Formats: sequence, structure tokens, C-alpha cells
Amino acid sequence: MIGVELRKMLRSHRTWITILLINALPTLVGVLLALTDLGPRPGSGPAFLSAVLSDGTLFPLAAVAIVLPLFLPTAVAVVAGEAIAGEAQAGTLRYVLVRPVGRTRLLVAKLVSVVVFVLLAVLVVAVSAYVLGSFLLGDQPVSASVSGTTLTSEQIAWRTALALGYAVLSMLGVAAIALFLSTVVESPLAAAMGALAVLIGSSLLLTLDAANSLSPFLPTRYWLSFIDLFRDPILWRNVLRGTGLQLLYVAVFLGAAWANFTTKDITD
Amino acid sequence: MIRTETLTKRYGSIVAVDEIDLDVRAGDIYGFLGANGSGKTTTVRMLLGLAFPTSGHILVLGQPIPKSKRTVLPMIGALVEGPAAYGRLSGRANLALFDAMDATGVRRSRRSRIEESLDRVGLGGVDSRPVKSYSLGMRQRLGLAQAILRTPRLLILDEPTNGLDPQGIREIRDLLLDLNGQGTTVFLSSHLLAEVEQTCSRVGVLDRGRLVLQDDLATLTAPTGRTSVRTPDVAKACQALQSRVVVAGDDGLLIETDDPAATNAALVAAGVRVLELGPERHTLEEVVLAATQSGADSMARP
Repeated sequence: MIGVELRKMLRSHRTWITILLINALPTLVGVLLALTDLGPRPGSGPAFLSAVLSDGTLFPLAAVAIVLPLFLPTAVAVVAGEAIAGEAQAGTLRYVLVRPVGRTRLLVAKLVSVVVFVLLAVLVVAVSAYVLGSFLLGDQPVSASVSGTTLTSEQIAWRTALALGYAVLSMLGVAAIALFLSTVVESPLAAAMGALAVLIGSSLLLTLDAANSLSPFLPTRYWLSFIDLFRDPILWRNVLRGTGLQLLYVAVFLGAAWANFTTKDITD
Repeated sequence: MIRTETLTKRYGSIVAVDEIDLDVRAGDIYGFLGANGSGKTTTVRMLLGLAFPTSGHILVLGQPIPKSKRTVLPMIGALVEGPAAYGRLSGRANLALFDAMDATGVRRSRRSRIEESLDRVGLGGVDSRPVKSYSLGMRQRLGLAQAILRTPRLLILDEPTNGLDPQGIREIRDLLLDLNGQGTTVFLSSHLLAEVEQTCSRVGVLDRGRLVLQDDLATLTAPTGRTSVRTPDVAKACQALQSRVVVAGDDGLLIETDDPAATNAALVAAGVRVLELGPERHTLEEVVLAATQSGADSMARP
């Protein structure tokens, strides 16, 4: 079933159009930077963006930092929100289930398909940013960590890979929430909007001092912690917390989705 | 093939299906009749493990549902409440996807299975246009192709001729009879009396969630033992036959007799012009109407 879901996702034009749209913003930013040579001052603007004018190979990180707060989670919410509700709306859910595909298996296949989608999106963003960065942007290796010490290009390479992996992981929470909502409501749009509402609420609470006690549990809290991977030495604390938190969200919401979906009457 | 015991489904205080005991035997073409809203689709969904019964038991192919869904469902083909497919893909691509979903299928014979079932439903020549551009009739045929993809032992079909023209209905009927001849048991849920009367060997009638009738079609429409006579001379005939007349109408009468030939001779001798004389039979429509109340979707004031 996982194979079938992947085939469906990869063959759909919508998947690729969504990924291209996600990729459009960092590409635009990169081209503008190259044309104007006006980078943001260090310490302002999206992470790493101030450094890319001198070292274009850092642009993949900057590009991922650009899409991570809004573009990527929106796409994930839409794709995951459609998982079950979309099949129900099209009427295909009942035929999938009588084929038979077990309900648990269907849920897992949908989650895997969403994760692969995120992986693809992050890879496309990173690779195209790397190409754009090396051709259009600066070519003096800065190799500077956020802490100011020097990193070898080898170190930068594997830390970048780690950061991309962390970005994919950060989307798991949204995916699980949207997937859960997708088993509850009958409209894919409602499921996607519900998941986005959670994220917007989470971002808003993070800015509020009164909500400090909640912040370690908010799904967006550790999203940008991948920057810590470029400190010297690596500051693991928030990265590990972020990983744990995302896994917790997956466990809770996938569990809830499973409990709801396996016991409900299919009435689409 | 299908057996239910006091199968009940409640939605809150509404009883959609009320203690029904279905009995579908191997080789049957079972017509599951009922007005819209009488609980047919809910029953079908429970048989397929899509909805869970409130109480009661279901055995399909001898195994309990929903517990043994995984072993039973691969042997069943189903069409529930209209066909559905992935609109952006072609009919063939849809069948290939659905076929791949069931891990028990042999991949090597997939292509030939798809072509064969498309041929059987009359879509063999269909091109690669996406399903969203199909007509309702073509979608219905594709849904049937999907149902018979695995040469199932049991077909559960809900309103399979919906959206087809008379020619298409005829083709589907022939297909069902053909499949039945090869040993497939068919459970056909429908509100079309004529369709059931022409196709089915056994009939169950659902009325407001209750199974009010379940019998062989031949038994239900068997001669009643009375003889019906059509004649313009009703008064004269009554005189001739006296107490043997059960009912006298405007253009005919019903007679209780052991010997229709003698009766006919007596009528003719009395100068009655007999237009027609034969055993009385109830049509399926009369049987069903007698067993049910008005449709569940009519909301007339009491």
C-alpha cells in the first residue's frame, strides 16, 4: 500500500507544482540578492542570508530557513489534510477499504507519503539553492560558524545534511495533526485549515511572555533550532528537544487518528 | 454465502437497520429490495465492514465480519452507492492502482485481468482519457470492472444499473447472469422492481429497516391456486358459476376451481364470451407493495 500511495503522490502534477511554488520564493530571494548585491545586515533577516553574498554554498541553508516557517508547513498541512478526507470526498475511500486495505495500513501509508513529500520538497529547495548559490552568489568561502570560529567545508557539508534532516523532522508534527483532522472531518480543506490554525496559534503564543510555560510544548518552538547545528561546538539541547517534541506529536496525533479512523463508520 | 442474525444498526435514536436475518445461499442472485432510505445501503456497508453493527452478527462466506475482513474481502467484489475513481487517471490506471492495493494479487497477471474485466463490462476499447471526462454510464461500467477484477466468489452490488441507458442495463443484466452461471453469487441491492424481477432468483424486501419478506422469487410469484377469467359478460358468468366466484370485477373475475377446463366449458355453455382464462399469479410488485408501507422518503402527515 505504501508503494501505491507513493506512486499516486509522485505521479500527481499537483505534487510537483506545489514543490515548484515552494521553491519559487527562495529562488526569487537568491536572484534579487545576486542582482542587487544588497544583503541583510548580519543578525537580521532569515538565518544565514547575510552570509550568502560572500559564500554562495551557504544558500541552501538560507533557502530552507526561508520556507520553513510558512511555505513548507502550509504545503504539508494541505497534503496531509487531504490524506483521508480527500479520499472520502472523492468516494474512493470505501473502495480502498473493501479492496481490502487495512485502516491502520492506509494511515501509515499516507503518513509515509507525506514524509516523502516533505523530503522531496526540502531536497528540491536545497539542491536548486545550491546550484543558484554557487553560480550567482559569492564564492569566497566564509566557513564561519555562527559562533565565529571556522568550519571546514567537510564540516559544513555534513552539518547541512543534518540541518535538512531536522527540517524534514520538524514537519512531522504538522503532518500528524493534519492527518488526524483528516480522519475527523469530511472536507480536506477543513483539515488543512485546522492544522494551520494550530501552527498560527503556536507561533503567536511563542511571542507572548505570559505563555512561557507552554512554549516547550508548542509545535513551532524548535523549528529554527537547526541553526544551533552551526555553532561551535554544536548546541544539541534544542535540536534534541525539538526532535523529541516532534516525535511526541506524531505519537499522540497518529494514535488519535488511528483510534478514530479504525472505529468509525465510513459513510462517504 | 451471507448470513446475518438480528443485525441492527442504530444512529442515536434512529434505527436504520432493525434485527434483520439475511440468508443468501451459494449460487443465488439475491435481490435486496427496498425504498430509498429503507436501510439497504447501511446493510451493504455493514456486510463489507465499512460500518460497524450496533448489535447482531454477520457471516460472509462463512466467516464473521468485521473480524475476518482481511480474509473475506479479497473474495468479494463490491459496488457501493455509485462508482468512484481517481478522476485524473485513466480507467486502466485506476484499475491497476486498485489491483495493486490488495497484496494478495499476482502482479504478473494484472494487465490481462484488467483487460478482461474491461472487456466484460464493454469498456475494452476505452482510450487513456482521464476518468473525470467519463459519462455516468462509463463510470458505472468502470466500477463494475473494478468489482469483478479478482473474479470474486460473491458480488455485492448497490444499484449497479444507475445511470445506464436501457441497452446498458440489458448488457449488465446479461453480465450478471453470465457471472452467476460461472458460479458467482450475486447480492443485488436495488429499488427497481423490474430489474430484480428479471434478474434475481431470490428476493429480500426491506421496509424501514425491517426485513419484511425473504423468499424465492418463484415461490412469491407462484400460482395462487385460483383461476382468473377475463370477460365482458361478468354478470352472466357470476350466474353460471355461483359460489365458485371469489371476486367479480368490471371486466373479469376470480374463481376457486379444481378444474379450469370444466369451468371454461361451463362458461362457454352459458354463453359467456371468455377473452382469457388462466391461473392467477401475483406480480412481484403486488407482493412487495402488500408487504411494505409507503416509501420511507415520503413524509406525509399521519
